[in-house]
Amino acid sequence: MRGFLSGKTVMAVLVISVILATAILAPMFIPEQASTQMNMRARLLPPSSDYLLGTDHLGRDLFYRVILGARLSMMIAVTAVLMSILIGLPIGVISGYFGGHVDNVLMRLVDTFLSFPVLLLALTISAVLGPSLQNTIIAIGIAFTPFLARIIRGEVLRVAEMPYVEAARASGTTDLFMILRHVLPNILPPVIVQSTISLAFAILAEAGLSFLGLGTQPPQASWGLMIQTSRDYLDVAPWTALVPGAAIGITVLALNILGDALRDALDPRARR
Amino acid sequence: MTNMQQSEGNGMGHGGKGSGSAPGLISIEGLRVEFETDAGTVVGVEDLSFSIAPGETVCVVGESGSGKSVTSLSLMRLIEFSGGRITGGAIWFSQLDGTRIDLTKAGDETMRSIRGNEIGMIFQEPMTSLNPVFTIERQLIDGLQLHKGLTRTQAGKAALELLRSVRIPEPERRMRQYPHELSGGMRQRVVIAMAMACEPRLLIADEPTTALDVTIQAEILALIDQLKRENGMAVLFITHDMSVVAQMADRVVVMYRGNLVEEGPVRQIFTAPQQDYTKALLAAVPLLGEMAGKPAPEPMRLPGSPAIAAVPAGSREKTAPEVLLDVRNLTTRFPVRGGLLQRTVANVHAVEDVSFTINRGETLSLVGESGCGKSTCGRSILRLVEPRSGQIIIDGVEIREMPPAALRNARRNMQMIFQDPFASLNPYRRLREQVAEPLVNFRVASGSELDDRVADLFDRVELPRSFLRRFPHELSGGQRQRVAIARALALNPQLVIADEAVSALDVSVQAQVLNLMMQLQTEFGLSFLFISHDMAVVERVSHHVGVMYLGRIVEIGPRRAVFEDPRHPYTRSLMAAVPIADPDRKTLRGDMSFKPVPSPIFPVGHETPTSHYDEVSPGHFILRA
Repeated sequence: MRGFLSGKTVMAVLVISVILATAILAPMFIPEQASTQMNMRARLLPPSSDYLLGTDHLGRDLFYRVILGARLSMMIAVTAVLMSILIGLPIGVISGYFGGHVDNVLMRLVDTFLSFPVLLLALTISAVLGPSLQNTIIAIGIAFTPFLARIIRGEVLRVAEMPYVEAARASGTTDLFMILRHVLPNILPPVIVQSTISLAFAILAEAGLSFLGLGTQPPQASWGLMIQTSRDYLDVAPWTALVPGAAIGITVLALNILGDALRDALDPRARR
Repeated sequence: MTNMQQSEGNGMGHGGKGSGSAPGLISIEGLRVEFETDAGTVVGVEDLSFSIAPGETVCVVGESGSGKSVTSLSLMRLIEFSGGRITGGAIWFSQLDGTRIDLTKAGDETMRSIRGNEIGMIFQEPMTSLNPVFTIERQLIDGLQLHKGLTRTQAGKAALELLRSVRIPEPERRMRQYPHELSGGMRQRVVIAMAMACEPRLLIADEPTTALDVTIQAEILALIDQLKRENGMAVLFITHDMSVVAQMADRVVVMYRGNLVEEGPVRQIFTAPQQDYTKALLAAVPLLGEMAGKPAPEPMRLPGSPAIAAVPAGSREKTAPEVLLDVRNLTTRFPVRGGLLQRTVANVHAVEDVSFTINRGETLSLVGESGCGKSTCGRSILRLVEPRSGQIIIDGVEIREMPPAALRNARRNMQMIFQDPFASLNPYRRLREQVAEPLVNFRVASGSELDDRVADLFDRVELPRSFLRRFPHELSGGQRQRVAIARALALNPQLVIADEAVSALDVSVQAQVLNLMMQLQTEFGLSFLFISHDMAVVERVSHHVGVMYLGRIVEIGPRRAVFEDPRHPYTRSLMAAVPIADPDRKTLRGDMSFKPVPSPIFPVGHETPTSHYDEVSPGHFILRA
């Protein structure tokens, strides 16, 4: 557990806790309007004592927006990635473990999805389903599934070749038991790492959808949407992009460190 | 470089028996190498002193973790690239111009001019020490141009000359080929040619033949020896194999856990070893031919462990031996797919018309070189790969055409032990769970009865019960292999297929595991199908032996018949290639060349002849050519 409790990891856990706490608790203390309150006389102001992190092109307080944005961004990213794991894991495991025609059918399906750019796929799905929070999550979740399924299948193929799987088969282990006890634990590390990276991409994908009018609907705030709207003001008010950008960056970094630590903690080889 | 002169005196300091007389080409004095790891400082080599005279072959022998490879990497100062640090001692090297320099203090520039130029190195795995994207020519001329300042054409000529000197057939054609187009032995020859390119005065060979088949090993060893004689080069030969030591060494350095245990001329080490560790190491090496005249397998006598009673030879021979496993005309092929539609374009004929029987309580060994189909044969019997045709009858039951559910049940009777003890246990599960798994699968036991059974199995393979709750990574290779054996024994099988089960182990551990297997055989009347490439080990453990070549058994019979009277030319060449752990019987001298094994890949629809055998003596069959 040494690795799990290193200074870096403790920091990451703290950061994630703060972000999650903010996302969950902020609405209790900050009125919803705080993030959407426009003030045309205070447009594009740099950070000051009045506006801790400055204001955007509509004079909205970036501090409130970034805090309230955490809620939406995190919720969308986390649920979407969980959803992609929920769908992708069985597909990948079944495909890799059983092989043959099952594998062929599933993987051609996955390849079809993979042949579209993620954003385009998410865009199409959410366009079909209609713009809403729920549909954004579904769109991103489905769009991310093929990547995960592919990675998991590859890992399963690797693990299925291992002598311990063969030894287990020779001693009469059933398929279900084999998958649960031998395959899943051994494919977990790359899945965890991929998931934490996917979280970062999911936050950005949500931004893309929002920009195209299908994700978060203005005036609501999400980090991705904030970056997108800051695009036109980068030269005069760079903080409008830096603030949500830093929020995404810190979150992703913390998630990655947490993912690494989690992987190490799950690995008996690293235990002492 | 002010301390250049003081070198001679120091060499004597460290009780050095051999290092005193001649001024060494290279002398190591009190070398200490450390590694920084997360768990703190690990000492790779603690305090090592020895020297090598010009034109001498010094073998450094030791088991894994003895620090022998760390030593060789330190000489080249390559240890820094592996995360190690030389924290003490000196390595005095006499350069060509007569000056002696301390390699531990040499700068990067100096080291670059020495590496590959004055000191050449050969590594274990010939495929990874050649760059796959360059032709052989390119790999050779780079070094020549760099160190010798030759022009491109001169270097090309020199490269061709080098390939001739390492006796590569058709050198002109080889020059234009890529590493993957060459066989393993050929690749290692190229690696040697590269190391020889600048006529180094010291050649470091770090386990150069460990990854090679025995016939190729014989060729490479003979080649190194010959090059050494021709060029008056000194050789530092790192190996774990005492037989190779006996064949190659002038002097031997025995290492154990980062320290020198014993040093001396090769004959002295083999005939009058002084240290217990050396004695144990020698006792653990099975010698080809030492079982001559003995009717049954015999456990190895290991110093420090209680003598194990020899297998009672008579007990089973009174009654007529009863056949447990009967394999008839077994054929296994792997499809080679190609083209757009992934159609089968050819077949690898891995196992071709193989028949044999194994008696209850006896061991049949399948021996042969890599690619001969011996492993596939073992896995086909368990139907871990599906055979194409033939019959597999165990205990009177035909299993080749059994439906999956019946097969699952039939497998209770036969279990397998794999080669790599690191890969054959699931790293995420406790040992208790892994050994219990077969019992749980068939609901043989549960609750406290299950715990008792598992603890019993641990006792049987002589593992402490405190290991029950551990994870595989906490164990050594030998201990893991014991766990694998315990798991294989859980269901009380009658047949255990041991696929290279001791090949990855150190010799002392190998001897213990072999003894354990023989002991279990006498206690429980187990039958083994023992798959191995090691002739000496096979001679130790077998009742019957089958020699495989290109998917077929070319010779099969009682062990004594096969080993004492080999009839098939392939069996004979295998036996001739085995290095003998006796410095007075140097067999690997002069040009050795064995016929390369042809490809087992045939086009679809290729008609293979059936195997016909001649019986040369009772039970001893030879494949008819």
